[in-house]
Amino acid sequence: MKLLILIPAYNEEGAVASVVEEVRAAMPGTPILVVDDCSEDATRHVARQSGADVLPLPYHLGLGGCVQAGYRLAFELGYDYVIRVDGDGQHDPAYIPEMLAALQRENCEMVIGSRFLDGNGEHTGILRALGIVFFRAILRPILGRPVKDPTSGFVGVNRTALALFSRSFPLEYPEIEALVVLQRKRFRFVEVPVRMRNRRAGRSTITALRSLYYPVHVLLGVFVNVLKFEGRRK
Amino acid sequence: MDHLLNVMTIFSVLLIGLVLASVRRQHIRVEYSVSWLLAALVLLILSRWHALQNWLASALGLDDAALAPLVVAGAVFLVVLYRFSLIISHLKDSNIALMQRVAILEYRLTAISEKGR
Repeated sequence: MKLLILIPAYNEEGAVASVVEEVRAAMPGTPILVVDDCSEDATRHVARQSGADVLPLPYHLGLGGCVQAGYRLAFELGYDYVIRVDGDGQHDPAYIPEMLAALQRENCEMVIGSRFLDGNGEHTGILRALGIVFFRAILRPILGRPVKDPTSGFVGVNRTALALFSRSFPLEYPEIEALVVLQRKRFRFVEVPVRMRNRRAGRSTITALRSLYYPVHVLLGVFVNVLKFEGRRK
Repeated sequence: MDHLLNVMTIFSVLLIGLVLASVRRQHIRVEYSVSWLLAALVLLILSRWHALQNWLASALGLDDAALAPLVVAGAVFLVVLYRFSLIISHLKDSNIALMQRVAILEYRLTAISEKGR
């Protein structure tokens, strides 16, 4: 069983080293790949110094393009499972063993670390919380089942989902659209309870202006994905 | 309304000149200049051909024949913009795939050269 821990990072020089250290403590001996999305700071250098492998992107691609680059490399290198941990320190790597166990035990294609399964959503801002409620309602009929934390980036995938995502992955704000991509392929996901933390350093790429644009973009992306795969089925 | 038609004629001639100059300086590739040249040519013909203006105005239900070239030109330019949106989207997808491929090859090349040391 080959497992890779994937850490997408953009301008995370203040947090990425401690994330790598925490991952190493939680999963000793597991390969760690930091995908540096052409950071303007020393993220790449800090990640290398902390002992992670680094996939350096030549230009800034955004979160989806960055994660997909990692998925592509992992697929080509023959990994069976990939667990994504964000480089800002919000995801606690101590939950990785539980996520991996769920991925293997439930025989599903994707596992989502959910901050709401055990009522732990205290590090969620009001705008994001509203967005989560909205997208839960939108996704419920599309997925045919409820999803508690559709915006969580703390996810694990098996090789089947890895093959799909290395070919086709949403480019901006990918988490919600990725669920629809999975559903259209009749893949299964499960949620496991995790605790989210505040980011260690740096700034979120979702600014106040982008937080207004986010729901519009994601909503359009969701419906485009529904239409796209419906068309293919014919 | 003759004044409006004259302005449209001048605009279309300027657009044709600008596009040709850009092609000559290799600022626009020939295949992408064709859409703009066609659109400008349509505008030029419509702004000068009064019989065609009258026919279009009656077909479109317009009271003033001079407005017909404006409506048609707007539609043509929208189609041109749509075509360029398709091209830009395709280029963006290709660029992303290319950059991911470059990064992966660079990663694997580094791994090979480090093994060889």
